Amino acid sequence: MSAVSVPLAGRLRRAVGRFDPAIVTAFACIIALLVFGSFYSASFLSPDYLLQQLKVASFLGVIATGMMMVILLGQIDLSVPWSVAVGGMMACAAAAYGPVGEVFAIPFGVLCGVGVGLVNGIGVAYLRIPSMIITLATNAVAQGLMVVYTGGFSPQDSATGAMRYLATGFLVPSVPNAVLIWALIGWATVFLLTRTTFGRAVYAIGNRERAAYLSGVATRRVVMIAFALSGALSAFGGVLLAGYASKAAQSMGDAYLLPAIAAVVLGGTSILGGRGSYLGTIAGVILITLLQSILSVMQMPEAGRQIIYGVVIIAMLLLYGRSPANR
Amino acid sequence: MNEGRFWLNEQRGTLTAFGIFLLMFAIYVGNHPAGLTANVIQTAANKGVLLAFVAMAQTLVVITAGIDLSVGMIFILTNCLASWLVVGSAVETTFGVIAVLGAGLLCGALNGAIVVFGRLQPIVATIATGAVFFGLALLLRPFPGGSVNEDLADALTGRLFGVVPTSLVALAVVVLVVWVPFSRSLIGRAAYAAGSSEIAAFMSGVPIRTAKFAAYALSGLLASIGGLFLTFFTYTGEAAFASGNAYTLFSIAAVVLGGVSLFGGKGSVIGAIFGALAFRAIGDLLFVFDLDPLWQPLFQGVVLLFAVSLGAFALFRVRNRLEWFE
Repeated sequence: MSAVSVPLAGRLRRAVGRFDPAIVTAFACIIALLVFGSFYSASFLSPDYLLQQLKVASFLGVIATGMMMVILLGQIDLSVPWSVAVGGMMACAAAAYGPVGEVFAIPFGVLCGVGVGLVNGIGVAYLRIPSMIITLATNAVAQGLMVVYTGGFSPQDSATGAMRYLATGFLVPSVPNAVLIWALIGWATVFLLTRTTFGRAVYAIGNRERAAYLSGVATRRVVMIAFALSGALSAFGGVLLAGYASKAAQSMGDAYLLPAIAAVVLGGTSILGGRGSYLGTIAGVILITLLQSILSVMQMPEAGRQIIYGVVIIAMLLLYGRSPANR
Repeated sequence: MNEGRFWLNEQRGTLTAFGIFLLMFAIYVGNHPAGLTANVIQTAANKGVLLAFVAMAQTLVVITAGIDLSVGMIFILTNCLASWLVVGSAVETTFGVIAVLGAGLLCGALNGAIVVFGRLQPIVATIATGAVFFGLALLLRPFPGGSVNEDLADALTGRLFGVVPTSLVALAVVVLVVWVPFSRSLIGRAAYAAGSSEIAAFMSGVPIRTAKFAAYALSGLLASIGGLFLTFFTYTGEAAFASGNAYTLFSIAAVVLGGVSLFGGKGSVIGAIFGALAFRAIGDLLFVFDLDPLWQPLFQGVVLLFAVSLGAFALFRVRNRLEWFE
């Protein structure tokens, strides 16, 4: 019992102090939202409802993981909307080519996302084009390709059984597969960011790319791989969404750009790069999903939701995301 | 370097944009079934002027090394607002126009306040304010509708003396009233200085905060003039998310084509206007060559990707690899 030499309050303070204030605030907001929601509807705290929310959150979680990696570099990926759509549509398109297509549907969808991400990565890392510009451009090109492919309508191909199973099935009783997938991807990301040289390089580049380069990091390759990963994860999110809705749609990704950025930023990842943890992103994703859920329970129209998103992001950024002043 | 060559060097981007525009427009008119008639020019001008206003708005912010990803949404919001306010008698219409322009200025000032005094990254801040502006537009017009003073609308979208499109004249007037005074004022020079090197400008006592704030606010004003003209062309207001996003995107393409540096401190609104007109002409080339309109988004996307990749040629001039990481 000699370990209890530090008073409880001190230990608590030390434990809290290790966390980013943003993450603590995000979790506090989640609890506040749950309490507020339980006043509104008694079923808000039931395990079924919470698991359902976690399942919805896992789609955003997968997409936000890629966004986080790019934001850690101090860049941004605005090609998320059509990377998601490319993933969903191409997976469904592959599924239309018989049994062989069904097997390769998911890898093909993700590979197409990697393609979009690689163009972004080469543009940012090797051609030194500002990331927001090149990702906007690839987003437009991806949209153009999909419009030509589908003829402007929602594609008729439907998702494969495997995609539906990943998004809606249950491998472990009462835990949706989507949640398991998010947990797996989350674990892999934490490992990648904290236990590998690639992860350390991502943080280093986010802090100062020039210093990382002079320290012998192949910064351009790391940036390119991070963008490819972001494209892959967006497309995989699209695959899951297509499995969830059992088909892909034209604008399926539009609703994910702003929430993905918001989730990463609300979780305390610095928009300037180099600082942030995956725990924060998890908190941010759950916070955004709960907020969406409560707003839809309250039957808030789309207009109100957009305004609330915008205001919440600005408010949280003003709290944590300010650049240093000129002095 | 003598005076003339210096001037030529400074205007190179603008002149290139003008050249691209002339070439593209010549191809467009040359293959148009109707040929070079006043009608063809009027239609092309009306389409081009909308993007030109939004591109002007984007230019002001880009000159300060910022970016405004909410211009398209301000454009949409003021379109919805105008479809409520710019109606009725001459006096009511006048107040309506003033209110719409004021709203645009206010949106821009909000962006400016958040970016300059809140010290947030312009990309994320303007994406977020863009969501707010779109939400407001949706509140104003949950469904497309509304109306506009048609006399004013027809006057501003018609032809002067049967030849000159009025919208082009309006564009020229806006350039003379907003851009020329701004670029020649202390604030305007400070905006260029802030974009060129913020730290050096700050150290030299240049009023960079006022300049950046003014750039964002005026950008909102210019976007609202665009929104007003959109209402004049369509007679309705519509909170179209895709259209707002497209205008934001195309404004960046126009700015790049117009020789305005995305890193700030270089370029002019005139270049961006020709960039916008050229971009529209390129987009419309598909129609005169009778291609499927389905290809248009892809074609415009590829043009955009190509335009932004042009900046990479500067890498050949880099002498020290560390300059990659500016």
